[in-house]
Amino acid sequence: MENYIIEMNNIRKEFPGIVANDDITLKLRKGEIHALLGENGAGKSTLMSVLFGLYVPEKGEIRKNGEVVKISNPNDANDLGIGMVHQHFKLVEVFTVLENIILGAEPTKYGFLTTKETRQKVLELSEKFNLKVDIDAKIEDISVGMQQRVEILKMLYRENEILIFDEPTAVLTPQEIDELIKIMKNLIIEGKSILFISHKLNEIMAVCDRVTVLRKGKYIGTVDVSKTNIDELSKMMVGRKIDSIKKTPAKKSDEIVLDVRNLTVSSKLHKNNAVNNVSFQVNAGEILCIAGIEGNGQSELIYGITGLEKITSGQIVLNGKDVTKASIRERNLNGMSHIPEDRHKFGLVLDFNLAQNLALKKYFQEGYHNHGFINFDKIHEHSEALIKQYDIRSGKGSDTIARSMSGGNQQKAIIAREIDCESKLLVAVQPTRGLDVGAIENIHKMIIQERDAHKAVLLISLELEEVLDLSDRILVMFNGQIVAELNPKKTTPQEIGLYMVGAKVQEKFTGSRGGQ
Amino acid sequence: MMALFKKNSTAELKTIKELSDKKVTIISSVSSIFVGLLFGLVILFIIEIIKEYSDFTNPFYGFVNLMTSGISSIGNILKLLYKAAPLMMTGLAIGFAFKAGLFNIGATGQYTVGAFFALIAAILWQFPWWAALIVAMITGALWGFIPGLFKAIFNINEVITTIMLNWTALFFVNLLFYNNPGIYLTPERTTALASANPSAILPDLGLKVALNSSYVNIGIFIAILFAILIYIIMEKTTFGFEIKACGHNKNASVYAGIKAKRTIIYTMLISGALAGVGGGIQFLSGTVQYTVSNTTLMPMGFNGIPVALLAFSNPIGIIFSSLFISFLQVGGENMQPIYSSEMVNVILAVIIYFSAFSLILSQFIRKRLNMRSIDLEIAANRLETPLEENIPPKEEPVEPVIEKSSKKEVEK
Repeated sequence: MENYIIEMNNIRKEFPGIVANDDITLKLRKGEIHALLGENGAGKSTLMSVLFGLYVPEKGEIRKNGEVVKISNPNDANDLGIGMVHQHFKLVEVFTVLENIILGAEPTKYGFLTTKETRQKVLELSEKFNLKVDIDAKIEDISVGMQQRVEILKMLYRENEILIFDEPTAVLTPQEIDELIKIMKNLIIEGKSILFISHKLNEIMAVCDRVTVLRKGKYIGTVDVSKTNIDELSKMMVGRKIDSIKKTPAKKSDEIVLDVRNLTVSSKLHKNNAVNNVSFQVNAGEILCIAGIEGNGQSELIYGITGLEKITSGQIVLNGKDVTKASIRERNLNGMSHIPEDRHKFGLVLDFNLAQNLALKKYFQEGYHNHGFINFDKIHEHSEALIKQYDIRSGKGSDTIARSMSGGNQQKAIIAREIDCESKLLVAVQPTRGLDVGAIENIHKMIIQERDAHKAVLLISLELEEVLDLSDRILVMFNGQIVAELNPKKTTPQEIGLYMVGAKVQEKFTGSRGGQ
Repeated sequence: MMALFKKNSTAELKTIKELSDKKVTIISSVSSIFVGLLFGLVILFIIEIIKEYSDFTNPFYGFVNLMTSGISSIGNILKLLYKAAPLMMTGLAIGFAFKAGLFNIGATGQYTVGAFFALIAAILWQFPWWAALIVAMITGALWGFIPGLFKAIFNINEVITTIMLNWTALFFVNLLFYNNPGIYLTPERTTALASANPSAILPDLGLKVALNSSYVNIGIFIAILFAILIYIIMEKTTFGFEIKACGHNKNASVYAGIKAKRTIIYTMLISGALAGVGGGIQFLSGTVQYTVSNTTLMPMGFNGIPVALLAFSNPIGIIFSSLFISFLQVGGENMQPIYSSEMVNVILAVIIYFSAFSLILSQFIRKRLNMRSIDLEIAANRLETPLEENIPPKEEPVEPVIEKSSKKEVEK
């Protein structure tokens, strides 16, 4: 008999109308890294919520070390030594690292906080597991990677032995991911067991021992990572073979759609300019991708181009017309579509229904209103057409409140709206962030279709894979400036990485530096 | 008995789940009013307990008076309508701003300015009633425009500017009255309109004589017309669409090309205009005179806040909530032989306060209810296709390796 530290046997969890977990079995061996693989909506979160005591399953049992246990709330889970690092960290921003670690289990003496021994304990833990943290720094001042280490320390401080990592790499840079993998391997050596939730296959291949795959609420199988490969896993996860993107060669023309000249945008975070003297052009029929590590001015660059933020100096020419001072609507009407970085903050009015959201850039146009009175039939018709064309799925069709839609479909709605504007330029900022494989594939296809329809696409992406897959030309941005122009066919991730961290600058861009 | 109760409660639970959004709104408003009334009654009892000679029939008597006298006679009904008209306008003013995500706590200031200029137009300039109302509307709008401008350009919180402008309005108006000796009779009150300019009194369509009440005028119809107008603007026009978009998510509105700053200014302009008309309706009724030595802010503008809250800022709902608040006010006046007018105000305040307070509570419950249903909806949406369709078809190969290993697992 094998020694399982946690067994979840035949778990079934229903919500009215759907079965989120249908007869799922997950067995975690002691001292292994076990991946839970599945697309968004496959039932991973539900299963983990069952393990964490947030949901009570209709059927099935949970065993720890072979004994049946009942977990009816998160405290039970904690008592059993189950801890979780959530995808969105649950830390108090204005507290220090130490305060966050002891939060909820504060050591007190006569009602007063005593942190001396705890500090020692946390320092020891951090040393033992090689988790570098600045124990007295406030959470808001430390990097995302360090915040994650704080979450891990929190679990260790509570002496949890089963650690759940919920999509831990989604927020990290490549370097931080390597660091995290080291940490996880270290934890295993120290006798912990890890459940690793992810849909990134190469990470699973790199770090895990075994992997359990879920699809649409069903258990597909458990395999040894050493006996499988990425293709096989992706087939298990999606249920079909994923086509690698078939990209026809770009039919780049000489027609310049967007011409950015010496653009400078000031930063809201620091005194220096976020974007410093950046110039580039996007031609019709090409996908120009701007790569770079988050926070190197990409967002501000887009804000400047799309008009969300005022620029300090420079010129923006769109379709031969100077739009430097134009309003956002003028830019839109002059042929600029924009898939924003943050779909909840900018892309959608979450409390509006789908039809209203799809009409956000149309409602003022001819046919959509009659002397200022909205033509609801037209808006509905427009919405139904887009829903059909772009396969936007939702509970109540046009009447669905945007907030209740899944992330993938929210993004589809935004893309449908933007492409429907038939603009000459499509600005897409991280269009696939947080989406599952199927949705990403879909969106990539749409973007390539746009390019093939002789549109110009300006793509901002943090994912190198996406950059290399989609782009016809790559610009790398570092510290507010363009440092390299690369051909995706002739470059490697490693080379891009060097430019991204500022270790290298192409000669033709060195001239513009020094303005800082 | 218990079984019966249980049965009922599960049935109730079921109906709550099936309720539409609109019904939840109405139910939560009505139930919050009920909680407020209950607290009013409790206060009446507490007053009775701490009295020297307690008479526990008094609270019931007072409460029955409060709840019935608003509709006990035609005279009282007319008074109710008369009081509701300006209240409806301030409620609309505040509700309209709420929809755009703005808290116009300055309705009272805009109301005061509107009232002042309505009287100036009526008495000094000898305007007819409709022209005086338009003057009130324009001046109220200008008073609302100032905080709108500050909010849009300098991003100064409208709550602060409107509170300051409330006091500015009050003393500015008093000052101007003092400097116009022609328009007030005694040092306290403005000249009665009946003698100064009868054409400026809102028409009564001959009903004053027919119904034998001095409280009849077309103010209530004007207010209802405005409510309908605001409803149409809000729900049917592109402008209303922009206002709601800004109110829900300013960033997304800006992104979509809506000029959010302009929308804020227009919203405050309209909000101020509504409050200004309210002031006009009140002071052109011919039954009130402006007390020039007034040093407290007029409560009408503040009473508009619970009116708007109770109605969830829905213009049609505001018609009913303002009628309800006036109903309480008329009822409160009829409690007066037993309870002093101050005490009546306390009772009214408690009812209004708890109405708004428990409204927040019910909103919270509603949110919970919604969140649950949204959760379910999200879950349903994520599982985009029914499960039956997803059972792997035969041609789909599940790797033999996998089957083996998973079978092994089960056996163990």
